[in-house]
Amino acid sequence: MGRCIGTRSIQFEHPVAIRSWATVAGRKEASGKLKRQFDFILEDNIFGEKSWERAEQKMQQYAIELAMEKASLYGHQLDYFLGGDLLNQIIATSYTARNIGAPYFGLYGACSSLVEGMILASCLLDGGFGRRAAVCTSSHHDAAERQLRYPTEMGVQRTLSAQWTVTGSGAYILDQEAGNWYITGAVPGRVIDRGIKNSSDMGSAMAASAVDTISAWLEDMHDLDTLDYIITGDLGKIGYEICRQQLTERGFDIAGKYYDCGMQLYHAEDQDVHAGGSGCGCSAVVLGAKYLPLMAEKQHSRLLLVGTGALLSPLTVQQGQTIPGIAHAVLIEYHQEGSGC
Amino acid sequence: MEQNFEQRIQERQARLQNVSDTNTEDIEHILTELQEEHQHLVMMTANSIDGAEEGYYQQLIKQNENQRTMAETAIDKRYQALVKQVMPKAPLAKNISRAFLTGGLICTFGQLIINTVMLQYSVDFKMAAPIASITIVIITALLTGIGIYDEIGRFGGAGSMVPISGFANSVVSAALEFKREGMIYGIGAKIFQIAGPVILYGTLASVIIGLIDYVAG
Repeated sequence: MGRCIGTRSIQFEHPVAIRSWATVAGRKEASGKLKRQFDFILEDNIFGEKSWERAEQKMQQYAIELAMEKASLYGHQLDYFLGGDLLNQIIATSYTARNIGAPYFGLYGACSSLVEGMILASCLLDGGFGRRAAVCTSSHHDAAERQLRYPTEMGVQRTLSAQWTVTGSGAYILDQEAGNWYITGAVPGRVIDRGIKNSSDMGSAMAASAVDTISAWLEDMHDLDTLDYIITGDLGKIGYEICRQQLTERGFDIAGKYYDCGMQLYHAEDQDVHAGGSGCGCSAVVLGAKYLPLMAEKQHSRLLLVGTGALLSPLTVQQGQTIPGIAHAVLIEYHQEGSGC
Repeated sequence: MEQNFEQRIQERQARLQNVSDTNTEDIEHILTELQEEHQHLVMMTANSIDGAEEGYYQQLIKQNENQRTMAETAIDKRYQALVKQVMPKAPLAKNISRAFLTGGLICTFGQLIINTVMLQYSVDFKMAAPIASITIVIITALLTGIGIYDEIGRFGGAGSMVPISGFANSVVSAALEFKREGMIYGIGAKIFQIAGPVILYGTLASVIIGLIDYVAG
């Protein structure tokens, strides 16, 4: 069983290992900064399917199957499947779960769903309620665009604060057995609303909750010196800057440690993505394609992954409501083979 | 007890007016207090024995909620100032000149059609103007279908949206997007998703102008 530390942080007693993972990404993502570091790259966004929604389901299916294959596991050997996406009624995940066969919890934390899933899966496994779980999230640019904004072919000019929904999916297999990457701690996020109304500036709406969650962890654990990375999910350029300034203002020296997944995926200038990437798939592919491998370059490394979500809907925007944000965090630790946990 | 609520709300009002927006700790303390009080008040409302009592508590709830908004605004103001400071400025000159160029080109093209048609087929302006509109709509529909118009829109902004081509683009792009949901619930129901307001208020405006013309003219 885990322990509660300070006001909100959790430390797991039997940390679960991230046994394997897989990332699936679109063309545009694969021609960005991370190039071809994904396990599977889509030929085009429709992925041989009849609709964007079906293409997203297929991406998730591929991500989970690739991750399971890497761990030599099959769906019936999973005790849980947790996941979410951005589509109404989280259909991409639920329809994928139909083909996986494992007991399933569908989550909605907007773009924080990956970390939300990781926290809950870690709690389930640490509590002894199972041995392995898959956590998978996805987003699809065109499916999200038509649900939340405009038809794909409509000629609109996007504002500079707007972000680009990532076409991608990442699946992570968590296991009680030994591994190199462990989820050792977590901070469940609070919903914070700072009165931002502009739905093309979600970074600002989410940054306040990221600041809240990161400060909660640092105040509870006092471990900033030993942290190698603090990674937020998809704040984008503007949200990143706000988060950085506010954390520095609170006395945390995060220089050289703090990055945002949304800014690590695309070439900001050439790819016309404005403030950066966003969506459930953003942190899911960047973590697997960039940061987990990067952690293995040192003997020990510690990464605080902060999944950020904007909990709005087109309806609340039209009704003039403000945008609440949430940020969940997990601590991922890497230990090289034989160096112990 | 009743006196107690009213008194506390009044005392807090004074505190709220004096709170400085830099001291977030103070405000957060007040917010917690408000949250707890709100909960008590909801219970008092639920337990009220008559309409008068219920109305009294509901009024207190209103006051409590107003104070919450006041306290939150103090925190939000500071945050939003930071957002404003970080927000990149839109390149106004660049955007306006691109819009002018794009919109101007589309309109010049329309004028070219009108002039050509009037000269070649010796028809009057009333006949030539719709021909120009129809031609632009057809061309835009084609460009939307092959995925070029959204690039023009990205470049030209309002310059490509305001002329009739923008209208055609919004209709065709919606039709393309929703064809997978079928002819009825997809295309049929969603084709005017974006153009709908233009059609409705355009019609309404023309009726009003027609009436004015009828009465005054």
